Amino acid sequence: MTIKQLATSVAAAAFLASPALAEVDFSGKTIEWVIPFSETGGSAKWANFFAPLLSKELPGNPTVVVKFMPGAGSTKGANWFQEQEYDDGTLIFGTSGSTQFPFLLDDPRVRYEYSDWVPVMASGTGGVAYLNPEDGAKFDGSANNLKDIDFIYGSQGATRLDLVPLLAWEMLGMNVEPVFGIKGRGDGRLMFERGEATIDYQTSSSYLGASADLVAQGKAVPMMSWGALDDEGNIVRDPTFPDMPTFKEVCEATDGCETSGEAWDAWKAFFVAGFPVQKIAFLPNGTPDDVAQAYTDAFDAVRKSPDFPAIAAKHVGKYEVFVGAGAARATKEGTTVSPEAKAFVINWLQEAYGVSLN
Amino acid sequence: MDVFATALPALGQAWALILQPEVLGYLVLGVVMGLAVGVFPGLGGIAGLSLLLPFMFGMDPVLGLALMVGMVAVVPTSDTFASVLMGIPGSSASQATVLDGFPLAKKGQAARALSAAFTSSLFGGLVGAAFLTLFIIVARPLVLAFGLPEMLMISVLGLSMVAVLAGRVALKGLAAAGLGMLIGTIGEADAGGSLRMATYDIPYLTDGLKLVIVGLGIFAVPEIISLLRQDRSIAKDAKLGAGWGEGVRDWVANKWLSVRCSLIGVLVGVIPGLGGSVVDWIAYGHAVQTTKDKSNFGKGEIRGVIGPESSNNAKEGGGLVPTLLFGIPGSGSMAIFIGAIALLGSGDIEVGPSMLRDNLDITYSIVWLLALANVVGTIMCIAASGGIARLTTIRFTYLAPFLFMLISFAAFQSGQNFEDILALFTIGLIGIFLRRFDWSRPAFLIGFVLSNPVEKFSNQAFQIASFRFRKSFEEGIDYIFSPIVIVLLIVTVISVVLGLRQAKSIMAEGDVKSGSKRAPVVFLLVIMAYVVAALINANMIPDYNMTDKIIPLVIGGVTLLALLILLVQMILRPETDALFADKELAGEDADAPYGLWPTLAWFGGLIVATYFLGFILALLGFLVAFLRVRAQASWPKTLILTASGIALMCVMAGALNRDFPPGLLQGFVDLPWPLK
Repeated sequence: MTIKQLATSVAAAAFLASPALAEVDFSGKTIEWVIPFSETGGSAKWANFFAPLLSKELPGNPTVVVKFMPGAGSTKGANWFQEQEYDDGTLIFGTSGSTQFPFLLDDPRVRYEYSDWVPVMASGTGGVAYLNPEDGAKFDGSANNLKDIDFIYGSQGATRLDLVPLLAWEMLGMNVEPVFGIKGRGDGRLMFERGEATIDYQTSSSYLGASADLVAQGKAVPMMSWGALDDEGNIVRDPTFPDMPTFKEVCEATDGCETSGEAWDAWKAFFVAGFPVQKIAFLPNGTPDDVAQAYTDAFDAVRKSPDFPAIAAKHVGKYEVFVGAGAARATKEGTTVSPEAKAFVINWLQEAYGVSLN
Repeated sequence: MDVFATALPALGQAWALILQPEVLGYLVLGVVMGLAVGVFPGLGGIAGLSLLLPFMFGMDPVLGLALMVGMVAVVPTSDTFASVLMGIPGSSASQATVLDGFPLAKKGQAARALSAAFTSSLFGGLVGAAFLTLFIIVARPLVLAFGLPEMLMISVLGLSMVAVLAGRVALKGLAAAGLGMLIGTIGEADAGGSLRMATYDIPYLTDGLKLVIVGLGIFAVPEIISLLRQDRSIAKDAKLGAGWGEGVRDWVANKWLSVRCSLIGVLVGVIPGLGGSVVDWIAYGHAVQTTKDKSNFGKGEIRGVIGPESSNNAKEGGGLVPTLLFGIPGSGSMAIFIGAIALLGSGDIEVGPSMLRDNLDITYSIVWLLALANVVGTIMCIAASGGIARLTTIRFTYLAPFLFMLISFAAFQSGQNFEDILALFTIGLIGIFLRRFDWSRPAFLIGFVLSNPVEKFSNQAFQIASFRFRKSFEEGIDYIFSPIVIVLLIVTVISVVLGLRQAKSIMAEGDVKSGSKRAPVVFLLVIMAYVVAALINANMIPDYNMTDKIIPLVIGGVTLLALLILLVQMILRPETDALFADKELAGEDADAPYGLWPTLAWFGGLIVATYFLGFILALLGFLVAFLRVRAQASWPKTLILTASGIALMCVMAGALNRDFPPGLLQGFVDLPWPLK
């Protein structure tokens, strides 16, 4: 038993012996929020947005600092977090779809297990696919007239979030050729604007920030949103884009596209992991309930503050922020796929793009 | 003219916003913080901006912008200190500055080099801002005209600078660049995710090597080791010659070079996806090509400082165009900048296409805050340069341990792995031998920097071109041979032809004597072994991932061919041929009182101790041992210097909220920060 474990168990014993002391207080402490990405990505933006709000709501108003631990497509940071034990509740870890996808696809670098961690907050986003004006004119709510066209799409890689749009277009029978190796969705949009790519997708906030402008100028035609999840786990229209059909609707209208069966189940599983439950904040394995509760309450207070919807809309979109039990349920949905869905996707990646993760 | 009808009032509003005492105060504060962060190599604007982020939430937009812009603007100015004084490339923006800036410092002309560099930076920044004021409203179509083939051509133009910097034996320069490119392909391929010279068992390698580490390893480590062996001060005989006034006069004499390089800086900075990595090399190449007497380049030619320094601050302005107009960050610090803007005020300022329409006044404020920050930063830097230049008169043995400390810390910050320091040591070793045998180190670095863009753009352009060709032949040709591509192609060809003709007179390593065959041949064979291994490794990638193997195969093939020709030449030619250049035979290194390996062992010792004890404890032992044993300092001096070194590290890491490399010890015992 190391000194640390000894200290922990003594502390735990003390907790059990005197419930009056169980009051969680972070006064004068510094909370480290570790993000397994670099300073420049979307997860950094997300954590930097929440950090000051969290600091205001946690008991004792600790300083919350965001730390970055990029590497190996975020698996390095997640593997590191897996080895961390609960210490004093001053460590939180944030994951994103890019951490969940390697986990779901059995990436050999993954040495972490989501179910060991304690989720305290989860938030999501949506996404919108759009077409160039020429081909967009042929879009009638179904992809029937788009099947004979060759599309080009700027992609970050088939095993990333791009898996969701690529599989969706494939299910619609569209012929979309990905140009791999771009660095972010912004580069993809630029490629679309230059006319090199002819189809594109953006997450909700980037779509509103830049692509909606293209639509207004007639330089792009929106095709579909990926949709959002309702309480029963059904795909419904995205609250940010209520007038836009979802992929589910387009698929139903398109000949040969099925909203049941293994392809659909696989798409839906990865969609959930990549969009509605994209970013999750965790406490390490072994975190006592009262500390987890303190974080849950703090995030709950953050999302319930009166001006939160307005500011959040700009940063995380009009999507639900899950806390506590809701976050746990969301995490489960976002980090489990059926073996069949997994096998389907692994096989499809190999056949369509020659990508194997071994 | 309705463009101007909206632009002029917005420009007026922008100045009204800027010229408030409070805004100017924040700007100066940002500049001071930027200077403090920027003088440390390898940290740069990203570390500084991350530090400011928590304060941006809900802050008054103009004040927040003043603070951030002040910080971003001066990093490429202040990193010149490290480049010129220590030969340490402070960031990717100041790599080319090292080539002539450091030799000037060695001649005792550090203050001259610094003030010429700062004046150029200032001017570059102002030209950039003036140009952007007009350009930003019409920039959008131009940026969109730069597709993948155009970007590929710019990267190739950057690569063609290898011809100028190849050194006395062009084939050696080519092979060095090829080796740099191959090392740049290490890790997971961007396109298909295949691993090149890496394995999932060593996750560190899958990400590839970072520019900071390669830059420090190739330039800084060999120079530190060499100076330490000679046990002297950086400025020969510890004398300071020319003062800062002369540097300003140098700039005046070369103002047109400065204008041209500034424009190169803005224009290349405008193109998203290339970032600043090529700008200073293109500017350096331009400075060489437009200078009549080229014999001083690499030995302390002031034009070699003025060129790149004019371009790198102008580039920051250019980089605002993709950032503000498209919401696509031109660099890492710009990515944080975008994130931070969203936090300002009520979050109304949205970077992207709407920026010009809705927030033209804010856009102009940013442009001119940048210019103003340059002015403030430059004045501070010039004022400090005379004093700081005195560092070059200190006996180097007292500086070296702190430089090892700084570069190890900087390397670790790039990825926060212990392997970062190990990689620094390994690349440093390559750098030492490239220097010893007169293989062009700039060529190696250009190859490394451009490896990824060349691979990415050629793969993507090829894919889209073949798609266009399938539609019709004309469409394909139109795509590949756009007017911009043709112009760039011509410029590249001219630059290669001129460069090759001029390369022989530019000796970046000075006049290195030849003598013995054995050591140079062994080094050649070692490089060849790596190239062959990389080729075999790339060939094992399955064919359906052609995108991941084609570039390593082609580059490796060309490099191998160059190496084979060199080998044949080495067998045929006499020992005195320039091929067999070896610094250990004659000159400063050969006459040095200390050997290479014992000197390198000190650095190695710091790394090994870090592996066991963690950085701070290792540093404590290293500094004490080094100062007592190698520098023969008295105990009081040793203790004071050690304490200041460790205090500096702790203050810096504490302020920037960074960790130190942990060792095995930290895995067993929980220690308080900074020991943890």
